[in-house]
Amino acid sequence: MWEYSEKVKEHFMNPRNVGEIEDASAVGEKGSISCGDALKLYLQINDDGIIEDAKFMTFGCASAIASSSALTEMLKGLTLQEAEKITNDDIAEYLGGLPKEKMHCSVMGRQALEKALAAYRGEDLPEKEGEVVCECFDITDREIVKAVKENNLESTDDVTCFLKAGGGCGNCLEKIEDLIRTVKEKV
Amino acid sequence: MTTVYVDNNATTRVAPEVLDEMLPYFSEYYGNPSSVHAFGGNVAKKIREAREKTAALVGASPEEIIFTSCGTESDNAAVRSALKSAPEKKHIITSAVEHPAVLNLCTALEKEGYRVTYVPVDTSGNFDFDYFTQSLSDDTALVTVMWANNETGVVFPVKDIAEKAAEKGIPFHTDAVQAVGKIPVDVRELPVNMLSLSGHKIHAPKGVGALYVKKGTRFHPFVVGGHQESGRRGGTENVASIIGLGKASELAVDHLPRVDTDVRHMRDYLENTLLETVSFSSINGNRERRLPNTVSIGFDAIEGESILMHIDYAGICASSGSACTSGSLEPSHVLRAMEVPFKSAHGSIRFSLSVYNTMEEMKYIAETLPPIIRKLRMMSPFWDRCNDKA
Repeated sequence: MWEYSEKVKEHFMNPRNVGEIEDASAVGEKGSISCGDALKLYLQINDDGIIEDAKFMTFGCASAIASSSALTEMLKGLTLQEAEKITNDDIAEYLGGLPKEKMHCSVMGRQALEKALAAYRGEDLPEKEGEVVCECFDITDREIVKAVKENNLESTDDVTCFLKAGGGCGNCLEKIEDLIRTVKEKV
Repeated sequence: MTTVYVDNNATTRVAPEVLDEMLPYFSEYYGNPSSVHAFGGNVAKKIREAREKTAALVGASPEEIIFTSCGTESDNAAVRSALKSAPEKKHIITSAVEHPAVLNLCTALEKEGYRVTYVPVDTSGNFDFDYFTQSLSDDTALVTVMWANNETGVVFPVKDIAEKAAEKGIPFHTDAVQAVGKIPVDVRELPVNMLSLSGHKIHAPKGVGALYVKKGTRFHPFVVGGHQESGRRGGTENVASIIGLGKASELAVDHLPRVDTDVRHMRDYLENTLLETVSFSSINGNRERRLPNTVSIGFDAIEGESILMHIDYAGICASSGSACTSGSLEPSHVLRAMEVPFKSAHGSIRFSLSVYNTMEEMKYIAETLPPIIRKLRMMSPFWDRCNDKA
């Protein structure tokens, strides 16, 4: 069994803000049933651009549920500009840390948030426009490059922990390695 | 809080009688069985007795039993020995749902130049016998197929498989780690050349196993060293654990009828009650051809680790076929080979019972689980809440 922090366990056992918001200002979805986890994030945003309410529906393991609960707690009362700045690290930190192999749960939170905010603005996210690298988990090169940059990922294992990419059949591991190298060379 | 342990396919408690047998052999009778003096010689005598008891458990002769460190070592020894005995042959047949001890060994052997056929299973986990017979070739060095599956409990037609292999003169090994002690396993009833078993699955301690090698089957040692185990497995014997395995084998013979009646009854009660009380739940595996102690049950739209953590707080120890518990990201290879749909594969839980479980414990599990399933479903985006009204 994983060594979860007390806060992860507490948020898992007593998750905050479970449910849907009818007529939500924005909804962001990430994950799928085949991937093993999925989060649907609902935001209620008022005319001043402040997140008045946040709720979630999550399918997934303990850390996925705890990350969703944490994210909704963090979001309430924030302006959109403040919400944009929440990173997956912030979510993990709020929970007293996550096992490295479970970091993808915090990334899922951040990605659902990005999608909700983009939907609110009526924009599309650029990541999905990239080329799919990991077929098992449907992850594009743009998503991988972004995660490598933002989290300073060093290895394919790191990428799998944060994005799941490469964690299925493993056929894309070489491509992921190339992407990491490209990012590192540019830095 | 009391612990309700229903994870006996993972490991079992050391039976009190087993521990009692073992204890004097740590610091009282600590002699080396290979020594000339009587102090060591008495230990050798106990090992002989243990060998007789372990042999009796599977219907073998004592000299056909090699003690090893675990089931995995037995599997490795068997497979490597068979390959070494037929160096010109480069083909292995196994199943797609083997334990990693065999499966990962086979993938390693592929890198060493072997061709491996992974015989598929159907959606109920049944071995595809036709596929198997069509895979047999003059180049096949070994057929290695498990007796019973650890995750679903599905029992394979090992007798038919062994006979088919024997017809072609191909040696047959079976990983019987999950079958021994749960259903009758008798090597006299089928042409099996090698059979692996593990101590800690039958109430002996961890760190001891055995490999049956049929008289007349060529054997090349896996662990090379001293003359122990008649030169077939080097290394000073794990004396206390071997004595424990002997005692556990004796107990397993005694317990076997109760596994088929009492344990089966408890398993069926748990399984039927859960199926009745939890909608959108389903059994993974052929219910008719299954170990009497195992149930793998999938709950739609929720994830296994979440279920396990909730029941863990309630003192219930079980396993999951889901990805998240193991650190891998996909459901178990067994459920994937069976093409169990993702919606239930991720939410699959395995309960595996032993003679030490009670009906009260089954009732406790059957009462504890449904509210947990409901709680998790109520937060799942894939759960249609209309289902609850049914």
